[in-house]
Amino acid sequence: MNLDWEFIVESLPLYGDAMWLTVKLAFWGILFSLVLGLLFSVALHYKVPLLSGVIVVYVELSRNTPLLVQLFFLYYGLPKIGIYMSETTCAIVGLTFLGGSYMTEAFRSGIEAVSRSQIESGLSIGLSKVQLARYVILPQAYAISIPSLGANAIFLLKETSIVGAIALMDLMNVAKDLIGMHYKTAESLSLLVMSYLILILPLSLVLSWVERKVRYAEFGG
Amino acid sequence: MQNLGVEVLFEGSNMERLLGGLLVTIKISFISIALGAILGLFMGLLRTLPIKVLQIILRVYLEVFRIIPILVWLYVVYFGFTPLFDIHISGEVTAILVFSLWGAAEIGDIVRGALESMPKHQKDSAKALGLSSGQIYRYILIPQAVRRMLPGSINLATRMVKTTSLVVLIGVIEVVKIGQQIIELGVIKAPSASFWVYGFIFILYFLVCYPLSVISRRFERRWQN
Repeated sequence: MNLDWEFIVESLPLYGDAMWLTVKLAFWGILFSLVLGLLFSVALHYKVPLLSGVIVVYVELSRNTPLLVQLFFLYYGLPKIGIYMSETTCAIVGLTFLGGSYMTEAFRSGIEAVSRSQIESGLSIGLSKVQLARYVILPQAYAISIPSLGANAIFLLKETSIVGAIALMDLMNVAKDLIGMHYKTAESLSLLVMSYLILILPLSLVLSWVERKVRYAEFGG
Repeated sequence: MQNLGVEVLFEGSNMERLLGGLLVTIKISFISIALGAILGLFMGLLRTLPIKVLQIILRVYLEVFRIIPILVWLYVVYFGFTPLFDIHISGEVTAILVFSLWGAAEIGDIVRGALESMPKHQKDSAKALGLSSGQIYRYILIPQAVRRMLPGSINLATRMVKTTSLVVLIGVIEVVKIGQQIIELGVIKAPSASFWVYGFIFILYFLVCYPLSVISRRFERRWQN
């Protein structure tokens, strides 16, 4: 395969910009998803009336529909009933809508996995409900959830590859444009694959390292 | 809102066409899941063999699909194969190829996990009872492995159905594309069409995927141990 290196060097800034966009979108999407997930899982755990029902419906809707359709609905559908958002806002809202449910499930199963005996021991030494949550349940729930939270973060980072469908100049769009304009298919696609490897591989390695570390934090399982 | 615009879904053959588009999505998912399952079973068995080189190759194969987004794979095959190998393959064939290979990698991992998680004493006790090795597989190992494989595999199936929505981006005429066509046609007559059409497609996907999630969860609960 003869690659046109000059072309590759020339297109690097375009890919750089697109990677930066991906990082920004993924950062906000993951951050908001985590916040949403934490709040919702606590609400589910304490069975807050009404809110729990709404959360359950949201989780099912979000988990059982594709991000592409969610984005199209947000970007093309909602303006028809008077709700306008920019492409970037749409992408972040979409990622949060999708990621929030995955994070909720991850936190919830973490809370559920804290063993009964831990909670009972905590109660028997006279901890209050808040202390119990603060010192016993949440630290363990958090440690148990780390692997799935990490997997969800990577999942969301990968899902950002879809935002090109609502006209954002992301990696997919840059690659597609370059193929269309210059017919440098091999170069454009190699850069595309490389970009995602640069984005995701380090995160994936760090996460598997963290996962091994936090395993020490689990007790009484 | 004087003109609701929901009629656009029922005008002419629109509903029929949208459902037909959904069928394309389901067809692609179904073929890919079937091919992926067959290949994946084989791969899972191979991954339990104590051959180092084979294990590394299959592990890399799995990670490659886990790390690179599926949409990138679709692009690589769809745009890359023509200039590289001088063959043109359609969007639909591209989709089936990519999804089957992805499914095979994931199902392979599920099968490997199920086989490796089987306690050794199961096999030993069966041997002590005097069962032949065929009987051990038939009555002891496979029924238990299938239980452990089912929830994960059904989950994967819903993920695959959802991911097939991406094939519209490589030009396959499926439900989203037909939705776009309907919206474009009615742009003057039904300006609010995109709200209803995309809303409807959203519900359609939910109706296909939700039952699968429910089944998967039920299996998980029933066969927890």
